[in-house]
Amino acid sequence: MPDLLLDVQGLETQFKTPDGIVHAVNRISFGLKEGETLGIVGESGCGKSVTVLSLLRLIPSPPGKITAGLALYNGHDLLKMSNEEIRHVRGAQITMIFQDPMTSLNPVLTIGLQLTEPLMLHLGMDKKHALARAAELLETVGIPKAKDRLSDYPHQFSGGMRQRVMIAMALSCNPQILIADEPTTALDVTIQAQIVELVKRLRDELSMTVIWITHDLGIIAGLAQRVIVMYGGYIIEEAYVKDLYAHTEHPYTIGLMGSLPRVDEEGHHRLTSIEGQPPILFERPNYCPFAPRCKYAIERCWKENPALEIVGLDHHRMACWVDTKTGRAR
Amino acid sequence: MAEDNVILRVDHLVKYFPIKRGIIIQKQIGAVHAVDDISFEVKRGETLGLVGESGCGKSTTGRTILQLYRPTSGSVVFDGVDLVKLKGEELRHMRRKMQMIFQDPYASLNPRMTVGEIVGEPLIIHKIASQKETDERVDHLLETVGLNPSFSSRYPHEFSGGQRQRIGVARALALQPALIVCDEPISALDVSIQAQVVNLLEDLQQQFNLTYLFIAHDLSMVRHISKHVAVMYLGALVELTDRDHLYAEPLHPYTQALLSAVPIPDPVADSKRQRTILEGDVPSPVNPPSGCRFRTRCPIAVAQCAESRPEFRELRPGHFVACILAK
Repeated sequence: MPDLLLDVQGLETQFKTPDGIVHAVNRISFGLKEGETLGIVGESGCGKSVTVLSLLRLIPSPPGKITAGLALYNGHDLLKMSNEEIRHVRGAQITMIFQDPMTSLNPVLTIGLQLTEPLMLHLGMDKKHALARAAELLETVGIPKAKDRLSDYPHQFSGGMRQRVMIAMALSCNPQILIADEPTTALDVTIQAQIVELVKRLRDELSMTVIWITHDLGIIAGLAQRVIVMYGGYIIEEAYVKDLYAHTEHPYTIGLMGSLPRVDEEGHHRLTSIEGQPPILFERPNYCPFAPRCKYAIERCWKENPALEIVGLDHHRMACWVDTKTGRAR
Repeated sequence: MAEDNVILRVDHLVKYFPIKRGIIIQKQIGAVHAVDDISFEVKRGETLGLVGESGCGKSTTGRTILQLYRPTSGSVVFDGVDLVKLKGEELRHMRRKMQMIFQDPYASLNPRMTVGEIVGEPLIIHKIASQKETDERVDHLLETVGLNPSFSSRYPHEFSGGQRQRIGVARALALQPALIVCDEPISALDVSIQAQVVNLLEDLQQQFNLTYLFIAHDLSMVRHISKHVAVMYLGALVELTDRDHLYAEPLHPYTQALLSAVPIPDPVADSKRQRTILEGDVPSPVNPPSGCRFRTRCPIAVAQCAESRPEFRELRPGHFVACILAK
């Protein structure tokens, strides 16, 4: 597809550990259209963070290594760029906000210094202009008395305010793509709602493309257009958001939806939990990675790992041998 | 008699933590108003959900009920006995009947003890069983929570988060308590594992007629597990009623905002909702706002709200709310 802003093909990332090789991401492919919000959903250890960190080449190496794949951004492969080139993409064209705003801000530097750094580095602004722009950015993300707060240190901000500072920093160079790695997980629910609304507003105002990583199927429902579900280092389902919630196909996604209580649920239903534990990624299985926990598993699931195939309208993709509606092989 | 059914009655419970200054001569310069005059009841065999944002005092409430913190004032009547008046041996004796499950299954299990020692320790401490009986009880408890009894000789690091939480549940059950305070027992777990633990807690409640005080910030999970729900804000209760009324017809503006902030895993339903997004952050409990504590963030606050603390009044039968504007 030529209209993709980011085209990831066969990305594979591994980590060498004393206990063996961890297959964190296994040859996954997905595309991102301009202006689209893509949600990546999965439980801890499913490879969702490693995927985006690989794209920005932020995987610590060693022990990590991107062992295969392409990531075409505007026609250039992010994975083959020189360190100098990727540094210009990072922070300027593709930026990232992280889960814990306390550990991603430098505690001994003022907010003003941290905000002006990318402006001076990537856009070549002088200090005076950079400070003016920094104050403007803080106002955009809803920090009151922005000018006075530039000389404050991170500990003088609350958790939600810190995340706003992170967002301001990420937006400072007008990036094309904003990657948000569980930015609200450490926040309270009312603050989470504030941050989600803020990102939505900024996305629309600045026509940004967003990748939002989360384990919360609830947040994704109100935010993303397209959703990728990951399990054990594989993409196991991908669909438009309405399609995914209305026509859930993969047994794992069905299980996840069933284990979520809903705040608008009436009466009492027992949750359908997924038995067992998430996989340990020391080997790449030659069977379906979800088979050990799957209610629908048939013989074939234990013999071959299913590929991600189109199963429905609008490019609804899924990796499963079973038709979950009938419970038989597809 | 309905009265006999109440297993836990908390009455005007207050817990302040002093803030001190000075090295040799310490002077108290203020107090963190962690829990400030709350009252509620829990009936035997039921679950009361206690929700609120971080720092609102919900964990302190749980710990003060169990007398892990001694309250500043107020009473906690458990099984007909006021725990606040008890000391030493008498209190230890009562503690058998009330247990706690903690949030972080990585921090709450001693890494140097085997699973068998962890689960059996309460039986030894309270001198309830001999070593041999204890071993038998431990095997049985592990089976009850869905773990293999052969695990009892292993150490906590060999287990995943969900399994560790099951070990914590087994230990809490060891003394056959009547009340278990569950302090965010599933917050640290993955979604698919959360459901396993919640289902386990529900099964155990049925099996042993347990009473839970379920402390959480996740309103959807609280709705799922509780019969009654109390909402807490900055050390005070703002609303208390049965589950269905609270969610169908929240009366306090904070509850309304809190509910509307919870994402619904359904894009169609989510897009139809009216959202109230609260401005700002929770104020500091060292110096809470005068009058109604929520007034600084309340979308409908009027001048009167600053004057005095709103009474926690029964607006409808069994539906308590602390707001002068609620009708």
